[in-house]
Amino acid sequence: MKKKKTNAKITKAKMTKAKKIKKKTKKLQYPKIITFACNWCSYAGADLAGVSRFQYPPSLRLIRVMCAGRITPTFILDALTDGADGVIVSGCHFEDCHYISGSRKAEKVVETTRKLMHLLGMDGRRLRFELISAAEGQKFATVAREFTEEITNLKKEKHGKK
Amino acid sequence: MAKNSIDEIIKKTNSYLCIDCGECTGSCPVSRVNVNYSPRLNVEKMVLGYFDEIKKDENIWSCLVCGLCSKRCPSDVKYDEFIKLSRKEIRKHNEKLNYSHNRIIQKSMEIMTQGNTQKRTEWIGKELKVSKKGKFLYFTGCLPYFEVIFEYLNIHPLETAGNAVKILNKLGIEPVVNNSEVCCGRDLLFNGDEENFLKLAKINTKMLKESGAEKVVFTCPECLETLKEIYPEYLGKTDVEFIHITQLVEEAVKKGKLELDSSSIKKFTYQDPCILGRGLGLYDEPRNIIKSIPETELLPIERERENSICCGPSAWVSCTNYTKRIQHVRLGQAEKTGAEVLITACPKCYIHFSCALSGDDEDYKIKLMDITTLIAETMKSKKKHTDSHRLEG
Ligand code: SF4
Ligand code: SF4
Repeated sequence: MKKKKTNAKITKAKMTKAKKIKKKTKKLQYPKIITFACNWCSYAGADLAGVSRFQYPPSLRLIRVMCAGRITPTFILDALTDGADGVIVSGCHFEDCHYISGSRKAEKVVETTRKLMHLLGMDGRRLRFELISAAEGQKFATVAREFTEEITNLKKEKHGKK
Repeated sequence: MAKNSIDEIIKKTNSYLCIDCGECTGSCPVSRVNVNYSPRLNVEKMVLGYFDEIKKDENIWSCLVCGLCSKRCPSDVKYDEFIKLSRKEIRKHNEKLNYSHNRIIQKSMEIMTQGNTQKRTEWIGKELKVSKKGKFLYFTGCLPYFEVIFEYLNIHPLETAGNAVKILNKLGIEPVVNNSEVCCGRDLLFNGDEENFLKLAKINTKMLKESGAEKVVFTCPECLETLKEIYPEYLGKTDVEFIHITQLVEEAVKKGKLELDSSSIKKFTYQDPCILGRGLGLYDEPRNIIKSIPETELLPIERERENSICCGPSAWVSCTNYTKRIQHVRLGQAEKTGAEVLITACPKCYIHFSCALSGDDEDYKIKLMDITTLIAETMKSKKKHTDSHRLEG
């Protein structure tokens, strides 16, 4: 009994910060949401949300990409099958896209992915497409809150069914 | 690298019988455009124990598994098997491969192995009659997925599926189209991913068993060959009969059960899909169908039947400038025949040629058509005239 306890202590000490956070979020039952944010608008928008101290749940994992047009259906499906509960793809507003047509391309990719998810028997609501500019910190926080709630509900729905 | 597995590859593929004649490299469509690729050299390297060199050479992924070299090899070296086994071995060491379409097709297949309930039968409209249980099963393959993935080419691979069911209905068959069917997994196998291939194979075998089907009809030659010839290698034989839709239609036409009416297109030429032709030996069936359409001409294309050239890429890897070159060579040959339409009997040929045709740099007059579309279009105009009107109205 004693031995076990010390063992547990040691492993606990060894736990990296990231792991601790992971465990904590698991305890609090926040869903895991991968957010692909473009470098020029959405990532800056997320920064602004942070700097302005808008509150939003710690469920988002931001991945910065140079352009939302870089996202492929495989990125999204990989995230979803590797343990993410939801995915947000976020780019610049269509008119402001730094690479002219990246956001539009991303929209199409999301559409295709949603169709594939439907075929594969996955819930399309787990994927969300957003346009967030660098000035819209508030919107970023709202999206994060809304989507976290939606995904939490989805998870409950799924477990309820079982 | 374990010596055993190399020995096994050499033994299984008859590599030790290679007489170094170079027939394979001389025949290979890839070697013609890519001088760095040589099947002969690969066989030789394997036999002499230079597997590490094959492993490092990314060209091992550019083989189209078209079967031309194996067909011509005087020593019966099974090069397609060679590719399959060595890719499996290479993949173990995590060698990177050049996936096409961002790996989305492979990813979809991987998700299918997890046994989610798919929604792959939603394309079946009211005008198509299918049954829940029965002796006949129509295997759709990846068509519903291709419909989504290749939307950007403005093509509709699912039309093939719809037409296949239409044809079967016309022959008085109401096939089962099973929602729990998964991709045949052939492409994964030729990507070296045997593990996921096996998972898919097991799901499909189970599906076939549960559905009680005795005859399975295919529109995709690759699915057909996989279920007919590769599955038994792994999972043992079954009594189920596997046929291609052209076999069924040809028989019906011969017996007078199905009549084909004349079409507005008069001159056709035909692309032998590698697997349907060299793989399964079905050269005459599609040709007889085209010939049975009145007032049409089937123009011979340069290099046909066992000498036919592949449509370009395969197994959704290594779509490169070399494969484009092969496609343009083939389309050029089709154009030269003077035909209006190039008929294919494989959804993948259709996709690959559509892609090549969609480029702006070359001006082709020739159009593409799947053989099921041709059959469905020419058969509906006769007999049952009233019926089809009623359906449309
Ligand atoms: S299978 Fe076809 S592409 Fe591959 S080496 Fe043989 S001839 Fe060349
Ligand atoms: S054709 Fe057969 S015998 Fe000749 S080099 Fe190729 S593998 Fe060897």
